[in-house]
Formats: sequence, structure tokens, C-alpha cells
Amino acid sequence: MTGGYRAGPLARGIAWATVIYLVLPITIVVPVSMTDRRYLSLPYETLSLRHYANLLGSEAWLGAIWQSLWIAIASTAIAVVAGTLCAIGCWRLARRSTEWVRALMLLPLIIPSIVYAVGLYRWFGTLDLLDRFLGVTLAHGVTGIPYVVITVSTALAAFDPRLEQAARGMGASLGQTLRWVILPRIAPGIASGAIFAFIHSWDELVLVLFIASRNVFTLPRKIWDGINENLDPTMAAVAVLLIVFTVLLLLLDGALRARRDP
Amino acid sequence: MAREAALALPAARRAWALPRDAGWYALLLPAFLLMTLLYVAPILQVLAISVTEPAPGIGNYERLFTNPGVQRVIGTTLRICVTTTAVALLLGYALSYVIALASPRAQRWWLLGVLVPLWISVLVRAFAWVTLLRRQGLVNQGLDALGLIEEPLRLVWNEFGIVVGMVHYMVPYAVLPMLAAMKEIDPRLLAAARGMGASRLTVFRRVFLPLSLPGLIAAGVLVFIFSLGFYITPAILGGGKTLMAAEWIKLQILDLVRWGLGAMLATVLVVAILVTLAVFSRVVDLRRLFGGGR
Repeated sequence: MTGGYRAGPLARGIAWATVIYLVLPITIVVPVSMTDRRYLSLPYETLSLRHYANLLGSEAWLGAIWQSLWIAIASTAIAVVAGTLCAIGCWRLARRSTEWVRALMLLPLIIPSIVYAVGLYRWFGTLDLLDRFLGVTLAHGVTGIPYVVITVSTALAAFDPRLEQAARGMGASLGQTLRWVILPRIAPGIASGAIFAFIHSWDELVLVLFIASRNVFTLPRKIWDGINENLDPTMAAVAVLLIVFTVLLLLLDGALRARRDP
Repeated sequence: MAREAALALPAARRAWALPRDAGWYALLLPAFLLMTLLYVAPILQVLAISVTEPAPGIGNYERLFTNPGVQRVIGTTLRICVTTTAVALLLGYALSYVIALASPRAQRWWLLGVLVPLWISVLVRAFAWVTLLRRQGLVNQGLDALGLIEEPLRLVWNEFGIVVGMVHYMVPYAVLPMLAAMKEIDPRLLAAARGMGASRLTVFRRVFLPLSLPGLIAAGVLVFIFSLGFYITPAILGGGKTLMAAEWIKLQILDLVRWGLGAMLATVLVVAILVTLAVFSRVVDLRRLFGGGR
């Protein structure tokens, strides 16, 4: 900052306390996951990795991770394709009607997922999509669209529309313009959107509680059951792996952003 | 010959061509269809169920005025949401203020402390809070070992636990809009006011606070509407004893199969959120809040 004006001690104190409140409780799961006891506690005598061994040796946990991974990948693909095309269309057309389309795309961020889950439970019942991979994937894909629309719209805001006009003026078709002119420029924005859509699906629980039961059993569902039934340190090991995974995805996003705006 | 045909092609195409922007409109189509058929339609159905089941009419809505159970849930939800919003705004405001006035290098570290928790799974965070706050949890054990308490404090499975967990979830959402607004404030204004003899408190109250007010309101709206429909954290940290709207809806539909009643409260929730947004859209640029991006 250039003005040389600094925050006072009271504000700094609250800010530090808040960051500690935000970060510390999350890190507490790391020592708990390495406890040598069978119940949730800090390690007493030694550090133990047996809860990680439990986790990686468990069919149920691995199955849930695997299902979540596939659902997240498939739904991210849906969100990225639909969201990117929509953001480009809205950007290029830029009228009142497309403002409404963009607002429509943001609805899943505003309307609580419990409301959508209730509606989907009935809707998928009639479409015979309950408790099926396709159903969960579609639901996660649709609710992932806003993340892609936001990041791609932001990337497009920095894109010079005259480039697109020049390409079209020189005879490029819409497909060629998209492929060779627009998409390469906004690729980092698309990648960011994909990362957030992926995390969204990977963490999503409320919809899954309603539209899936036995056949589709995702990782958040398994964690939910674990918290409600038996709190054991294996849960802490899962939590640590999830935290590491999320942080890696965020680092990836940070690296992409750094490349985009050096 | 072939070349001539190729040259003639664009002209021929133009003759029967669709409107000029048809191609761009086609790009909107996949997302539009997905969103209307798989998102808007199911939600409209919820609204419809609320006035058709178990019998057509507004019988479900009458319960809002007659049923003490429904009223208690709404009261609990509002109380927890207002508390959460107030605390999250206070903590978030101080945090944004410090971040906005920090050096660019320090800003990056502060932001890390805000953004990483934002993206950590809400389940993982609720689990961490249970580990810390339950009866035999780490906080109680620690206080006990220090001899500060006789018997374990009741920190979770009540409203206190819910607010702790919800504020933890909401602070990052409070920080982002406030920080965006505060970064627009020219720091030289503050230095100038100080140079002209204003105390720190006066500089804050007369210069910084008014300039950051739009961000504060935007953050308040965002946190409040997110809190209203929040399910996972209240369900886990409330332990089934303190019911908020979302969990009550789930109970009506999955456990008691009272669709009409559940759909009614879901509708009330949506209407409350949309009305809040509509009221504040005059004060706050909502498009910016959700990264409209132009």
C-alpha cells in the first residue's frame, strides 16, 4: 500500500484471532488422524498411521472415493461445456435478454440446495433417475454451471472483442472463431471454472442425500454416515486426505491464474 | 469450376441464412435447456406442491400462523441467521480492513488464510468442530487438564455449536465483497484525514466506514441468504435437537412424508431469499457480488 496508513491494534487483534479461528480448527484433524488410540483424541504416546491403513484397506471407503471421483469428472465435463458456451454467447450478444440468461445461470448459487433437492427428488422419481449415476451426474453438472459461467465471463471481460470481429471478417466460421481465437484466450478461465465445478461436485452432500441411496454412495455421503454413526479416527484420516486434495486443487488454480495475469 | 462454386457458396448461404446472431444464440442452448429442464422445472414443482398437496388451496400456508412447531422453526432459523450474520460481519469487517491496508505481500498471506477454509469441504469442517467441541472433545479435555472447569461445557449439539460452525463457514463469504469494496478506497484519503488532525477513530468513522458501507451491506445480504437455507453444518452441530428450516424440510419430506408442509417452507425460504435480494438490489450491485464479470 502506498498511503502508509496501517490498521490499528484493535483491528489487527480481531483479524489475527479470526484467521486463527478460521484455520486452526481445520488443522486439528491432522494430529487426531495420527492418534494411537481407537477413539478421537490427540496422540498419547506415539504417532500412528494405522487409521490411514484402515482407510486405504477399506472397500467401502475406496468405493465411495471412486464413485465420487467419476461423478465429479463427468459432471465437471457437463458444467464446463454448457457453462463456457453460454458465457461466450452472453458476452458476444450482450443484450438485455442475455443478462437474464446469465442471471438464470447463477440461480443455483442463490437458491438453497435443500429446495432443489426436494424438487429433484420428485422430478427424478418420474424420470426414473433416482439412485443412478446419471441422475447424480446431471444434478451436479447443472449446479456446477454457475462456477464456470462466472470464471469464463471474468476471463472474457479481458478479451478484446475486435479480435473476434477480425476473425469473422476474414471469413472464419463460428466454429473456427471459437476454436482458434476465443477458446485459447480464455482457457485459464475455463480451467478455473472446471476446478471449482469439480470441487463443488466432489463435496456435494445435500442433493445426494435425497436422490441417491444404495447404488450411488459418494464420499460425502459416507463421511456424513460416519459423523452420525461412529466417530472414529478413520474419519480424521479421510478429512486430512480431503484437505490435502483441496489445497492441491487450489494451488493448481493459483498457478493457472499466475500464468494468466503475470 | 469447383472454386467458383466455393466462392458462390457464402452468397448462396446468406440467401437462406438464419438471422445473423443465430449461431451465438445456439451457444446458449445447452446451458439454457439443462437449467430450465433440470433446475427451474423441479423447483417450480416444489412451489406447485405447496398449494396442491395434500389438498388444493393455501392450507399449508395457514400453518404458518397456526402451527407452533412451524413458528418455532422459523423463529430459531431467524435468530441463528441474524446472530451468524452479525458475528460474521464483525469478524469479517475487521479482517477485510486489515487486509485492505496491508502491503501486497502480506495481503497474499492473509487471503490464503481466508480462501483455503472457504474451499475446504463443509463436512470436514463440521467434523473438525465436533472433534473439538463435543463432551469428551479436545476443548473440554484441555480446559479440564488445566483445572479450569469442573465438568465438561456443553459446546455443541445446541445453538452455540451451530453458530460457531456457521460463522466459521460464513466469514470468508463476508470478507470477499467487503474486501472488494475496501480495495477501491484510496488510502491517501485516510492519510490526508489523519494529517489534518483527525484521530484514528474519526478517520475510521467519518471516512473509511461510509466508503466501505456498500461492501458491508452486500456482505450482510450474502451471508444472511446463505445462512437461511444452510443444511449440513446446523444438522451436524445441532445434533437433531435444534432444528433450522432446511433440516425441518428434510424431516417433513424424507421421514414424515408430508410433502405439502415441506414444500411450503421451502417456498417460504425461496421467497424470503428473493425478496431480500430484490430489496437490496437497489443498494447493492448484485451482479458484481456474484462476479457477473463485465
